[in-house]
Amino acid sequence: MKRWLLPHPILTLTLALIWLLLANRLTPGHLVLGLLLGWAIPIFTRRFWPETVHIHRPLTLARFMIVLLYDILVANVTVALLILRGPRRVVPGFVVVPLKLQSELGISLLANTISLTPGTVSAWLSPDRRSLVVHGIDVRNPGALIDTIQRRYEAPLLEIFEPC
Amino acid sequence: MMLESLLSLLILLGALFTFIGSLGLARMRDFYTRLHGPTKATTLGVGSLLIASLIHFSTQGSGISLHEILVTLFLFITAPVSAHLLSKAALHLRVQALVRPPLEVRDADGDSA
Amino acid sequence: MLNIAVIVAFGLVSAALALTLWRLLRGPDKPDRILALDTLYVNAIAMLVLLGIHLNTALYFEAAILIAMMGFVGTVALCKYLLRGDIIE
Repeated sequence: MKRWLLPHPILTLTLALIWLLLANRLTPGHLVLGLLLGWAIPIFTRRFWPETVHIHRPLTLARFMIVLLYDILVANVTVALLILRGPRRVVPGFVVVPLKLQSELGISLLANTISLTPGTVSAWLSPDRRSLVVHGIDVRNPGALIDTIQRRYEAPLLEIFEPC
Repeated sequence: MMLESLLSLLILLGALFTFIGSLGLARMRDFYTRLHGPTKATTLGVGSLLIASLIHFSTQGSGISLHEILVTLFLFITAPVSAHLLSKAALHLRVQALVRPPLEVRDADGDSA
Repeated sequence: MLNIAVIVAFGLVSAALALTLWRLLRGPDKPDRILALDTLYVNAIAMLVLLGIHLNTALYFEAAILIAMMGFVGTVALCKYLLRGDIIE
């Protein structure tokens, strides 16, 4: 009964919040309308959300977000400097990162994280989902890059979504 | 005064990053290196402009205005997705690159796409 | 001071738009042009936000949201077309 009435509580709250932001004012009417939408949309789109998401370590998630935010800022300054220095000074390259993550959400979050952080864009996921091909704009040491991705981004995501 | 300086700084930084992103797009020598400018620098630049707009309209006296957060978040979520799809398409079409893509891609990309 | 900053920012974003347009026209490959289109819409959002600050109106915001959503869908559809040769399967 509960699963049918409220299949994705986190999604419901997110949708209500998005509605409030879109309306851009906090009145009781909009709050009710937002919660109503947040309740109805997951029920009508249930078939799009086959997996239920479990967040196992909220604190790790919070720390991961802070690390990510900091890395995004650093990444941007790095890439901006590389662009200003000119195309002839960069050493681009592809690296193949073996994946330990299994869940769809985990892999897509990792791919997005990689694309937003220092000089790397996730380029291709192998059909068996075992490895992710990453393009780096300035790869002088591929081993260290793979190591950084695995330790800094994949390890916390594993802890958050797939502890076992 | 403090507020105005902060706003000006955010606006200038945002515009500068937007410009650098497009500069990277125009200047780099192969598709994959061009991809980095727009996905990172431009996203952060526009994000910074949106934050400036948020602060500007929140301090106008007509209540706080937070819907800029929506666009910022949306851009930060969609930019990596479109970058990934673009590079996937480029690998599929075998666009000319400065370095050869790894063997895995060349072997597997007959049908998977 | 804010006014000067906004005007300088207008200049920088216009230059960005021009560079992006150059890449759009020049190519050389299809993914390059799609990337240029993608950058073009993000730059257009930047321009709208600046215009909003300059004219002190929140009206342009709806347009920025719409461009963000439609631009993303457009990029995804074009990539899908390159990957599969078809959009709706």
